[in-house]
Amino acid sequence: MELLVASAIGILTAAGLYLVLRLRTFPVILGVSLLTYAVNVFLFSSGRLKVGAPPILSDATNYTDPLPQALVLTAIVISFGMTAVVVMIALGSYLGSNDDNVNDPKIETEEPEDLI
Amino acid sequence: MSLFLIVALPFLGALLPGLMNSAGRAACAGVTFTFSLAAFIGLLSHAPTVFAGGVVQTGVDWMPLLGLNFHLMLDGLGFFFALLILGIGLLIITYARYYLSRKDNMGEFFTYLLLFQGAMVGIVLSDNILLLLIFWELTSLSSFLLIGYWKHLPEGRQGARMALAVTGMGGLAMIGGMLILGQIVGSYDLSVILQNREMIQESPLYLPALILILLGCFTKSAQFPFHFWLPHAMAAPTPVSAYLHSATMVKAGIFLMARMWPVLSGTTEWFVIVTTAGLITMVLGAVIGLFKHDLKALLAFSTVSHLGLITMLLGTGTAFGAMAAVFHILNHATFKAALFMSAGIIDHEAHTRDIRRLGGLRKLMPVTFVIATLASLSMAGIPFLNGFLSKEMMLEEALHTTLFGSPWLVPVMATVGALFSAAYCFRLIGHTFLGPVRDDYPATPHDPGFGMWGPPALLVVLVVVIGSAPFLAEPFVKMVTGSVLGTAAEVPKNYLKIWHGLVPALYMSVAAVVGGLIVLALFKPLLRAWDATPRPEAKVIFDALIAGCVGIARAVIHGVHNGAFSRYAAIFAIAVVAAGYHAWTTGTIAAPTRTVQPVDPVSIGGWLMLVVATCGLVFLHRNRLLSLILIGIVGLMVSVAFVYFSAPDLAMTQITVEVVTIILLLLALNFLPNQTPVESTVLRRVRDGGVAVAGGLATMAMAYHYLLRDAVTTPISEFHLANSYKGGGGTNVVNVILVDFRGFDTYGEIIVLGIAALLIYALTETLLNGPVRARLLNRLPDQPRAGDMHPMMMVVLTRVIMPVVLMVGFYIFLRGHNEPGGGFIAGLIVSIAVVMQYMASGFSWASARLRYPYHGVIGAGVLIAGLTGIGSWFVAKPFLTSDFTYVRIPPFEKFELATAALFDLGVFLAVVGAVMLSLESFSRLARRAHVEDSDHPMDIDPSRELNQEGV
Repeated sequence: MELLVASAIGILTAAGLYLVLRLRTFPVILGVSLLTYAVNVFLFSSGRLKVGAPPILSDATNYTDPLPQALVLTAIVISFGMTAVVVMIALGSYLGSNDDNVNDPKIETEEPEDLI
Repeated sequence: MSLFLIVALPFLGALLPGLMNSAGRAACAGVTFTFSLAAFIGLLSHAPTVFAGGVVQTGVDWMPLLGLNFHLMLDGLGFFFALLILGIGLLIITYARYYLSRKDNMGEFFTYLLLFQGAMVGIVLSDNILLLLIFWELTSLSSFLLIGYWKHLPEGRQGARMALAVTGMGGLAMIGGMLILGQIVGSYDLSVILQNREMIQESPLYLPALILILLGCFTKSAQFPFHFWLPHAMAAPTPVSAYLHSATMVKAGIFLMARMWPVLSGTTEWFVIVTTAGLITMVLGAVIGLFKHDLKALLAFSTVSHLGLITMLLGTGTAFGAMAAVFHILNHATFKAALFMSAGIIDHEAHTRDIRRLGGLRKLMPVTFVIATLASLSMAGIPFLNGFLSKEMMLEEALHTTLFGSPWLVPVMATVGALFSAAYCFRLIGHTFLGPVRDDYPATPHDPGFGMWGPPALLVVLVVVIGSAPFLAEPFVKMVTGSVLGTAAEVPKNYLKIWHGLVPALYMSVAAVVGGLIVLALFKPLLRAWDATPRPEAKVIFDALIAGCVGIARAVIHGVHNGAFSRYAAIFAIAVVAAGYHAWTTGTIAAPTRTVQPVDPVSIGGWLMLVVATCGLVFLHRNRLLSLILIGIVGLMVSVAFVYFSAPDLAMTQITVEVVTIILLLLALNFLPNQTPVESTVLRRVRDGGVAVAGGLATMAMAYHYLLRDAVTTPISEFHLANSYKGGGGTNVVNVILVDFRGFDTYGEIIVLGIAALLIYALTETLLNGPVRARLLNRLPDQPRAGDMHPMMMVVLTRVIMPVVLMVGFYIFLRGHNEPGGGFIAGLIVSIAVVMQYMASGFSWASARLRYPYHGVIGAGVLIAGLTGIGSWFVAKPFLTSDFTYVRIPPFEKFELATAALFDLGVFLAVVGAVMLSLESFSRLARRAHVEDSDHPMDIDPSRELNQEGV
């Protein structure tokens, strides 16, 4: 079971990294989302894996670690906010320049005016 | 008055003038004067203690672990400097009130001035060297603002930058020196450091500390070779020059040398460095000053020269030298501030301060003439004026100083310095005031009102009084000297007096004055020779140095930061994997402590779906719509995994977030191209694949290894599990952590979420108000539109379902404390319910029914959460302490009331507001694009057609 989770994290990371290295904004956003899944599952699994022991107090004595869950819960919500902002920036840049390339088209080499 | 208040008053006062600009110039100056006066009186209230040899101390710990404490100390030396800063400050404020023209922003000026004043008072009252450093940097910053006050003048801006660069670099050096000093002694408290002379001087780190601290002092006090910034700082308004560059800021370096005198002085290193720098500065400043035609430049170089004199006296390391230095600080502050103010008066009335265009002002400006002449003569060292007394002491001290094995080097240099000093003083009087009245002044000079000549006149009275009756100043000077020397040496028995008999110092003094007159007589040929001599121009060198640094920085930035973002990402990924690999190969790995859990078919099925969807995403990502479906599958499988591994809260959050994320991406895709073109070469794809596989393997290896091992120490989760019900009143530990144990984190997170939503809103507004708007309006949809944009079935269904979904959200919210649920999840569910209305019935219809703007909802959420936290203050508990109780209201069962629920309500509202504001902003873009959006919820509505027919 551990290997399944670990390999899932690895595959999500690899796919995420590959997409992040693409040249257009949309696949990069998808890649970041995949990386978010990977990181969230990774953080969550730092509480180690337990089946059938939710951290809801009852008569049971065996609970899984609640702290990573609390951290990941807010991380999921925050990552939505982050994705939304990045999508908005990507959209604005595409609408503004009709170009959704990630990399700058050319490097500004001329010397800026000296601030006197 | 508490020392805290003395330091705080200028800072508090600094808030007012800037705000009171519209109240008038008199009000601005008045409030500034009042605050300075209050601090001044507060300082004087400690005079009896200080004169009795006592030290006033007070303090609170600020960051004790760092050794940074807000400890203040007022001893003789601090009192002396604070007196100069506040006393001359009062005169300068009065003077500036009349000096600044109506075009100048007076509130801004006085705000900067008070900031500076507070920082200076802070320096001289600090009893902690780290605190002192903070104030030290504050003086650099506030003086930058003051020097560059006339922003329209390029000289002002350049001068301000140069001053900031030089003093800022010195400040950095001094931070290093002070930290070393603190390390040697083991305390950053000045009163402790000053007790440890032997420990410091025997330390091998003494020399580095000394050099670094002296770098700070020399840059601040414009000592050679850092003297060049001071004349350029003269582009400031004259009150600033008079205040900062004669009486106060440039003396900060001197102050620090005096403060550190007991522990740093007396060694060969100190003697050689400080005396040499002082001696060179003194002679160099005096010689250059003589040939300057700008009155302020002349005074600036004379200041440089006199600061060199004081530095040299401190450098000798004898008690007599220290006393002479203290006395000269006092005398210099009086005559130089008066001279600067006189120069300002001349500039103000004659509209020039070029000596070559002046002359003959004696008859036109008699009052200014008297003031300036007395001050100049004092600076030249003429008897019965205070400058004479300290100059005699300096010459006396020079006679007893042997530098580089030569007994005559210092006396001769000192006499030469005094000679040129006398020469420029005579030139100042002779070429400005004496001579025939001219008829080509830029403006007709006349004496100004009392407001402008009063302050320098008061100083000149002091010049004369101290000069003629030195015994009046003697107790004060000796008291201050005593506190400079500390326990390191005895205060000298010498008296301050005018006539010491026919001693060698008197001959040197006479030689200097006579020589000065001769030099002035030969001024014209000397000037021709001076102009013909090639000299290095400090500003050119400085500018070239700065340009060189900028060039290097630019080359590095352009080389590294070339705009290829994918390359940065690749470099980052490789670097992280490499760092991890290094740790992996150099560290040791413990044996596994956990047993591998068995795999069942369901999990394999889930895993397969996740892997297939992920790989499909990689290969099919060019089809953007399809990739959204695939990423939806991935999200779904992650939620399933959360459920499976005992995390119901996470699963609910993940699946609801998934819904809103997909809606968001669909909205965005509406505007973006539907396909990603093939651009990268095969080689590039292989390279990226390599990076990706390396990263994936690394994370997999790391995850696999720690999944098989228990935590090294007991996680704090044990505490959470044990106290969740007892302390937080809830059985859902995850929710109790969120709203109670780690409530402050959650509070920060909802604020971040709100800011993100507001950012999206702001970006949308910017887009819609910019050139993009036209493009959006003219854009044709690239996909065929649905014929029925708002299908009746969907409209009816979403409306029927709305109350049910809201009820579910409410239920999830309420049960959150004890069962899976809570504010985050409920907020997402309610958002989805509202978004469904937008999707089904259209933007116009939905937003017309919007009763509260989403910004307000976010604000209300954060506010409720914050107020809940503040509520605990009223019962004397820390922020966000929670409480709960159980009540029974018939006919209901016993139920729980917790303040955490109120906090969770804030979370709920913030989440709803943030999600809705983001999605609404996106759909606003869409709405602009398709103006045909209907105001009606359904395109085909039988009832509407019936009504229309009825009409």
